[in-house]
Amino acid sequence: MLTYIARRLLYALPILFGVNVLTFALFFLVNTPEQMAQVQLGGKFTSPEAVANWKAERGYDRPLFINRDAAGLGVLTDTIFFEKSVRLFVFDFGKSDEGRNIGAEIRERMWPSLAIQVPTLIVGIAVNISFALVVVLFRASLFELAAMVLCIALFSISTVFYIIGSQFFFGKLWHLVPVSGYLEGLGAVRFLLLPIIIGVVAGIGASTRLYRSIFLEEIHRDYVRTARSKGVSELQVLFRHLLPNAMIPILTGVVVVIPSLFMGSLLMESFFGIPGLGSYTLDAIQAQDFAIVRSMVFLGSVLYIAGLLLTDISYTWVDPRVRLS
Amino acid sequence: MRPAPGVALRLPRRLAAAAVLLSLSACDGRPWNDPHAAEREGQRVFYSLFSSRTRNLDPVRTYNRDEATLIDNIYEPPLEYHYLKRPYELQPLTLERMPEVVYYDEAGAVLPATAPAPAYSVYTLTLKRGIRYQPHPAFAVDAAGEPLYRFADARQSRRYKTLDDFAQSGTRELRAEDYVYQIKRMADPELQLPIWDIVSGYIVGLTELREAIVAQRAAGSGWLNLQTLPLEGVQVLDPYTFTIRLRGKYPQFKYWLAFHFFAPIPMEVDRFYAQPGLRDRNISLAFYPVGTGAFMMTRHQPTREIVLERNPNYHEDYYPRAGEPGDAEAGLLTDAGKPLPFLDKVVFSMEKEPIPAWTKFMQGYYDVSGVNRESFDQAVKVNVDGIGLSDEMIARGIVLFRTIDAATYYLGFNMTDEVVGGDSERARKLRRAIAIAYDESEQISIFLNGRGEVAMSPVPPGIFGYRPGRAGLNPYVFDWRAGAVQRKPLEEARRLLAEAGYPRGRDARSGRPLVLNMDMTSGSSGDSARQVWLIKQFEKIDIQLNIRATDYNRFQEKMEKGAAQLFFWGWFADYPDAENFLFLLYGPNGRAGSGGAGVNSANYSSARYDALFDRVKTMEDTPERMALIEQMLAIFHRDLPWASAYHPQAFVLNNGWVKNFKPHGVSQATLKYLDVDLAARARSQREWNRPVWWPLALLGLALLVVTVPGYRAYRARQRRSVVGEEGSC
Repeated sequence: MLTYIARRLLYALPILFGVNVLTFALFFLVNTPEQMAQVQLGGKFTSPEAVANWKAERGYDRPLFINRDAAGLGVLTDTIFFEKSVRLFVFDFGKSDEGRNIGAEIRERMWPSLAIQVPTLIVGIAVNISFALVVVLFRASLFELAAMVLCIALFSISTVFYIIGSQFFFGKLWHLVPVSGYLEGLGAVRFLLLPIIIGVVAGIGASTRLYRSIFLEEIHRDYVRTARSKGVSELQVLFRHLLPNAMIPILTGVVVVIPSLFMGSLLMESFFGIPGLGSYTLDAIQAQDFAIVRSMVFLGSVLYIAGLLLTDISYTWVDPRVRLS
Repeated sequence: MRPAPGVALRLPRRLAAAAVLLSLSACDGRPWNDPHAAEREGQRVFYSLFSSRTRNLDPVRTYNRDEATLIDNIYEPPLEYHYLKRPYELQPLTLERMPEVVYYDEAGAVLPATAPAPAYSVYTLTLKRGIRYQPHPAFAVDAAGEPLYRFADARQSRRYKTLDDFAQSGTRELRAEDYVYQIKRMADPELQLPIWDIVSGYIVGLTELREAIVAQRAAGSGWLNLQTLPLEGVQVLDPYTFTIRLRGKYPQFKYWLAFHFFAPIPMEVDRFYAQPGLRDRNISLAFYPVGTGAFMMTRHQPTREIVLERNPNYHEDYYPRAGEPGDAEAGLLTDAGKPLPFLDKVVFSMEKEPIPAWTKFMQGYYDVSGVNRESFDQAVKVNVDGIGLSDEMIARGIVLFRTIDAATYYLGFNMTDEVVGGDSERARKLRRAIAIAYDESEQISIFLNGRGEVAMSPVPPGIFGYRPGRAGLNPYVFDWRAGAVQRKPLEEARRLLAEAGYPRGRDARSGRPLVLNMDMTSGSSGDSARQVWLIKQFEKIDIQLNIRATDYNRFQEKMEKGAAQLFFWGWFADYPDAENFLFLLYGPNGRAGSGGAGVNSANYSSARYDALFDRVKTMEDTPERMALIEQMLAIFHRDLPWASAYHPQAFVLNNGWVKNFKPHGVSQATLKYLDVDLAARARSQREWNRPVWWPLALLGLALLVVTVPGYRAYRARQRRSVVGEEGSC
């Protein structure tokens, strides 16, 4: 398996390089360093000298890909591309366009993101699987019909609607939780409750329908019939026999997102004022801080590739028949 | 793999603790939806908000109002604005008295104060004794008096992740050399002083110092002690006195002395932050300010919360004993003569979205709020008596403050454009026709909810040079009828348009319709109703308006190239002097080709206007200056480089427990005057935020209603299925 992992990691390198080149080209073709400087300096008197100083301080005064004035390896390394993009491969994110250390910010802000995302994922999986199994339990009944209508309604509603609606009812009208904000430590619980509940509820519709169809495919298998014939209760049939056998397709969807949990949620963090990586990215886009955006795009790619690799590995855990080679 | 027992136990324990904490939060008397930390209750805390993350808090770099709100309460430049008096008045802050100014000729002979064009002006500033810096690790010293925190390389400083990790701190007295050090920092090209072009033109030797800094940096790496480099125009006379020598005469310099660009920075602080590894962890002057002001920053989380706490070393400072008429009646002199500051803490919370921010203000969790589009209808009612608070606000004891900002927003013509620009009578008539057609009052009424005043000139109210009523009227666009300003009739605009060569909106020579282009950034053009309204303004006189929405960068590029035809722009005052507005039309300040430095976005150029400006800019506020300003405004009215303009009106709401609040259009250093009635706030918060439980009970009931029959159905099904299967076999 180690060989497989090593090979997959090597495959990832050209993908990441491609993502890097694409992101770099997009940002630098759309906005020149001069325009970035104008946005960042943004004051009333942005002189050409201030723009030149800004570029020099951040290394934007070099050539983009090839430095013909440099000697030796400097032709390639003394360029904006090498300094700003290739260094990302060793997770050296450098400084944001406003001069702050991006790595330090990521380390600080991933915790609030995880504080929302991890419970949302765990509770969401538990709720969705349980609900899907209950729907399967009452299959071909009015309850199933009602549940499916509810699921379609739930995933048809925009997340923004859930957010604003719940802020209005739970925060503004009923005074049960703060409308938005964040505190460190255990004080964060009050602020996380609503985003987590919304995250779970907003995910019920799509996931329950998916899991239900997976379970319905399994429900007529021989092992289920065998379990029933042994006199096992229907609930035990579902949770102890059917569920473990249906785990592979569920894992496909779940494990792949685990690394991406670090990246946070753009909407949730922005509306609830939670200082995670989602709002960090959104702020950077709004402020046109491309050093941050580049870093976050790269990090997102790395985490996605890691998620795919983890998914493959997880197959071997849940199904001993699967061998990676 | 099984988790380690410790890990397995820790998680349920934490969950239990969280649950306990959650339930306790309901038992400690605080409302459940209180977003503030519990430990702050009982402290004299003022709760405010900020909507965009801070970028750089270095006083040599910061140039926006949001950041100034923070650092202007931490740093102390030599002068400050009087909190209550209007028109705005400067007074000494860290100085014993106002700076003494002496004028010299080229030979060094002293000239009288009335000398119109001296070669040099020398400002002498004498500091008060005993002013001390806030506690900070940069001042911590060991037994030998050497700095306690010195790191040879980044590894040594690795354990210090934030400023809080430095256990020891110290302080020292403010000295004249600290102001000099900061003025030298202005010359550092890496720090990017936004007003470099202005100060380097006046302070003698600043340009040469910049060259020396660049040369020193090129010669060696590491921290550069600016004390080792001379600055010809700035001299320390003794520990409490220094002088600044300016080229020529620049009366507005006194206003810059009230700006944070001129706040003191001690060499020790610069040296401390320059140590290896600290900047990589955001431990820098851009992140953690160090000042002598009433407050010090104890928490800086730019995406969540910024906390200013009372500086324990703050010097003697008292609430003003006098204000303008009406202040005493408004209760603004109740605390006259009392020591400042009143607050223990000021907490700024990040609020990016306006709706949650407004909700929290209405719940009593923010002490102050602006009024935006989302909250206007709830906060304000407009009737025949004018604009006032809504009944709901009045019932809550909320107070509304309205003030015209020292700012001007305008619809400008590009004066280099061959259709709308230029000095010809034809173009002038075309501009006048547009100016008459464009109804600014309607724009303010529809799109700003009445929060603005139609401008007759660049100079806003409250600033010398502003003329209200008939005296300030632009006679080419408005008439004075029945004691009020009236826009000229559209027939006049159509007549002017025809005289300009566009009868009924068509080019008399080619017969083609006149199409004008307006460039706007996407954000400002996003409101389609406003676009439609704009098009209709031009349609009134048969001109076709083409709105070209673009992103900010492209818009700036067009302005830089002088490629825009009509555009919107705005200016907030740096200081309350007419020069800071009249220079928006000064020819040499033209925006096109300036690389972004030009503030004259219309690229207007008039030799007469420029000559008058050259005289006005160095004059004190005298009747003679007013007469010259009136001449300049007459030229502006005649040439009309701006189609229209308005001065925005700021609406500020305070909860009833906030004391001593008076909006200040220029200074942000006002937190030290504020106070809060803690008991009233706690009472209102409890009253306004009683939890409503029935929805949860209803939800629980609904779950029960679904679960119980479901369980029964399941049980019945279990039994029935066995029978059924048997029966079916």
